[in-house]
Amino acid sequence: MPTKFHRWKESITATDIVMWFIGFALLVFIILGSILTLRAGRYTPVQWFDFVIYGLAQGSIYALVAMGYTLVYGVLRMINFAHSEVFMSGPFTAYYVAAYFSRSSLLESHPFICLIIVFIVSMTVSTLIAFLLERIAYRPLRNAPRLIPLITAIGASFTLMYLFRGLFGTGFQAYPVWAVFTGKWALFKGLEIGKIQVFVIFAAALVMITLYLFIQRTRTGKAVRSVSEDKEAASLMGVDIDKTISVTFIIGGAAAGAAGVLYALVFKQVFFMMGFIPGIKAFTAAVLGGIGNIPGAMLGGLLLGLLESLGPSLFLDGYNIAAPYQLKDAIAFLVLVLVLIFRPTGLLGERLAVKKA
Amino acid sequence: MEPIRAIWRYGIKIGIVGGIVLVLMALIGMIEVFTQRQVVADIISMGHTLYLAAGLFICYMAARRTTPAKPLWVISNSIFAGLTTAFFLVLLIILGRNVNLRMMFINASDLLLNNLLTFGVQGNNGLRLLLIAGMVTGLITGFFYLLPKIVRTVILWSLAGSAFAGVLQELIRPILANNFPDAISEWLLTSDGLTVKGAISIFIFIALAIISWSIKGDGIRQGWQGLPKKQQLTWRTIGTITLLAIILVAPWRLGLFMSEVMTIVGLYVLLGLGLNIVVGYAGLLDLGYVAFFAIGAYVTALVTSPEIMNLNWSLWAAIPFAVFFGILAGVLLGVPVLKMRGDYLAIATMGFGEIIRLLVLSDALRPFLGGSQGIGKIAKPQVLGFVFKGPQEIYYLIIAGCLLVIFVSWRLKDSRIGRAWKAMREDEDVAQAMGINLVSNKLLAFGTGAGFAALSGVIFGSKIGSIYPHSFNIMVSINIVCLIIFGGIGSIPGVIVGAAALIGLPELLREFAEYRFLVYGIALVVMMLIRPEGLWPEEVHKREMHEGKANGATV
Repeated sequence: MPTKFHRWKESITATDIVMWFIGFALLVFIILGSILTLRAGRYTPVQWFDFVIYGLAQGSIYALVAMGYTLVYGVLRMINFAHSEVFMSGPFTAYYVAAYFSRSSLLESHPFICLIIVFIVSMTVSTLIAFLLERIAYRPLRNAPRLIPLITAIGASFTLMYLFRGLFGTGFQAYPVWAVFTGKWALFKGLEIGKIQVFVIFAAALVMITLYLFIQRTRTGKAVRSVSEDKEAASLMGVDIDKTISVTFIIGGAAAGAAGVLYALVFKQVFFMMGFIPGIKAFTAAVLGGIGNIPGAMLGGLLLGLLESLGPSLFLDGYNIAAPYQLKDAIAFLVLVLVLIFRPTGLLGERLAVKKA
Repeated sequence: MEPIRAIWRYGIKIGIVGGIVLVLMALIGMIEVFTQRQVVADIISMGHTLYLAAGLFICYMAARRTTPAKPLWVISNSIFAGLTTAFFLVLLIILGRNVNLRMMFINASDLLLNNLLTFGVQGNNGLRLLLIAGMVTGLITGFFYLLPKIVRTVILWSLAGSAFAGVLQELIRPILANNFPDAISEWLLTSDGLTVKGAISIFIFIALAIISWSIKGDGIRQGWQGLPKKQQLTWRTIGTITLLAIILVAPWRLGLFMSEVMTIVGLYVLLGLGLNIVVGYAGLLDLGYVAFFAIGAYVTALVTSPEIMNLNWSLWAAIPFAVFFGILAGVLLGVPVLKMRGDYLAIATMGFGEIIRLLVLSDALRPFLGGSQGIGKIAKPQVLGFVFKGPQEIYYLIIAGCLLVIFVSWRLKDSRIGRAWKAMREDEDVAQAMGINLVSNKLLAFGTGAGFAALSGVIFGSKIGSIYPHSFNIMVSINIVCLIIFGGIGSIPGVIVGAAALIGLPELLREFAEYRFLVYGIALVVMMLIRPEGLWPEEVHKREMHEGKANGATV
C-alpha cells in the first residue's frame, strides 16, 4: 500500500530518527553485554537463580507500591509524589510496636501474631496518612491547573518525610528479625531459596489479589473503576466522587503499608528517607506496566525487580565495568526514561492512551 | 444549624486541629531548639514566641470561622479554641509523665514537657497554668479580632517586625555596630535578644510607619502617577543606581557571614533564573535541572584542577567552555523529552538528573570523574593579580553573573522567542498551529536554562574549591523549583524574593536548618492552597490562576 507508506514516511521527523538511533544503540549495547557476560561464564546457574528470586521478591514489593500510584493516577490523573512517604510512614511507626514485641520476647513465643499486629499497625498508619493527605492537600486542588497538584504533592512528600524525621530521629532503626524467616530451604541440585523471599512473594501476592478482587468484585470497587473511567458520568450515575477518591487513597495506602513491612523485613532497617528510592521505582513500575492499569502495575513491578537484580550483572559485567552493582538504580531510572520516551502508555496501557488524547 | 452550637462548635473544631499541630510541633523538638535563642532578652525566647504565635493563630482562625460573627460568639469560639488546644498539650504532658515517650519520640524530653510547655511552672500548677493560658489567649484573640481592620494590621505587623528583629539580633548587632553610632545598637539590643526598650521602640516605629503610609500612601501614589514620564524615568534611574551602589558595597559593610549567605543566595538566584526560563517561560517542568549545574562544575573542575586531567586552565577560560557544555547537554537531554508534557516530563528529567549523579558517583567512571572522592583544587578566578578567594570577593563574580542573567531573561521575556515560549506554555497544540516550531523553541529553552545553570556551576565549583557528587542531588533541583514557585512562576523579581526567603532565611537562622525541609514542604503546600501565583507574581500568571478559580468549581 504505497499511500499508507507515504503517510508514514511523512510523519517521521528528525527527532524520531535520532530517537530510534539511540534506542537501537542501547539495544545493541544490552544484547552485546549479555552475550559477553554469558560467554565469560562468571556466574553459575545457582547464582542466576538467586538473582531471579531476589528480583521477584523485590519486584513484588514494587508492585504493591505501584498499585497506589496507578490507582491514584487513574482517578485523579496526578502523580502522587507523596506516596513514597505513605510507604515509609507505616513500617516506621510499626517499628516501635515490633521493637516492643522484640524486647518483651513475645516475638519468639508468638511470631505470627506479632507479625500480623505489625502488619495491621503499619497498614493502618499508611492508610490514615494517605487519607489525610488527600483530604488536606489534594482535595482543594481538584480543578487546579495540572502543575499545582504536582507541586503540592512534592511539598506534601517533604512535609511528611521531615515530620517523621523530627518525630523519630534521623538514625537508621534496625528492624527486629523474625527467626522463622531466617535461613533457606534447600531445593534440588544445590538450589536454595530464602525463606524471607518466599514469604515476601506470597504475602505480596495475597495482598494484591485481595485488593484486585476488591476493586473488581465489590460495589465500592466498581465505583472506583467508574470514577477512573469518567468522573462526570460516574457522578451522574450517583457515584459519590469524593468518597470514591478517598477509598482509592485508602486502598493505595493499605497496599503501601503492607509493602513497607515487607521491605523492612527484607532490608531489616527503617529510616525517614527509605521511601524515596522505592517510591520512584514503584512509580517506574507503574509507568512500565501502563499507568492507570492495575494488572499492569503488578506486571511492571515484577519486571522492574527482575531487571534491577539481573541487569547489572547481565548487561554490564560483560564489559568489565568496575562495581556494576552501583549502577542498579541507574538502570531503574534508565528504564523509567526509556519507557516514557518510547512507550509512554506502558506495556498494558493502550486503553488509557486513547482516552487521554 | 441550631444557634446554641455556634457558640463552641468552630472553636472546638479548629482547636482539635490546632492542638494536634502544636503537639507535633513540640514533639519534633521545634520549641525546645528555638528556646535557645532569645527574642527579648530574659523575657521571651524564640521557642515561646513561636508557641504563643501558633496559639494566637489557632484562636484567630476560630474567630474568623465563626458564623454569624456576633461579638459574643466570636469571643466564646476563640476561647474554646484556646482551651481545646491547651487540653491537647495537657494530655501530652500527662502522657509523658506516665509513659516514657522518648522511646518513640526522641525529642519528647523532660525539659520540654515539664518546663517549656508550661512556661517554667512545674507540676500540676503548670497544667492549670496551661489551661488558663489557653483561655486567656482565646479571650485576647477574640477581642483582638473585633477591633477594626487597620488596628489589627498595625498590631500584627509591628509584633511580627519586633519578633523578627529579635530573632535576627545576632546579625543585626555587628551590622549596626559597624555602620551606626553605638548608642543605637545599645538602645535596641543586648548580647542576646532585644532589650525591652528596643522591642517597644521597634514596635512603635513600625506602627507609625504603617499608619502614616495608610494615611499618606494614596496621595504619594497619585503624585507619582501624576509626574511626567520623563521625570519618572529619572527617578527610576536614580533609584536603580542607588540600589546598585548599596549592592556593591554591601559585603564590606555587612561582614563575612552575611557575604557568605549572600553568595549562596546569589548562586540560587542564578540557578533559579535559569530554571525560570524552562519552567516559567516555556512551561516545561524540569526536575533534573541540577544535572546542568553539576556539568558546569565538573567541566570546570576537569579543566582547571591539576587532578585527573592536569590541564590547569584559568577559570576565565573554563567559563565559556563549561557554559558551552552545559548548553550542549541541555539540548541533548532535551531531544528525548520533546514529546512529553507535564508530569511525565518532570519524572523523565528527574530520571536523567539521577542517572547523571549515579554515573558520576560510580566506580566505573572513577578514573575520569573522581567518583565519590570528587575533584579538588579548582582554580580561583584572578584579575591582574587580584584573587577572588573569600566570599566577599566571589560575591562580585556572582553579582556580575546575576546581572547578566537578569538582563538576558528580561530581554528574552517579551522577545519573539519569549512570546513563542509563552504561547507554548499556554497550549502546545495551538502554538504549533500558529506556526511556532515546537522542537527548536523547546530546545532553545532547555539550552538557555542549562547554560545559566552551568555558569552557576562554574562559580560554585570555584567558590568551594572541590566538588563531590553529593552536592548535586535531587534536593537541589527541588529547592530551585520551590523557590521559583514560591516567588512567583515566570517573574524575575519573584526568583530573587524566593531565593532570599527559601535559601537566605534558613542560612541566617542556624537553629532553623534542622527544620528547613519541613518548612519548605509546608510552605509549598500552603502556598499552592492559598496563593498559587507566588509571592511576587507575574501579572499575566496571577490573572490566570484566579481565572481558573473563578471558572472551575473549586471547593
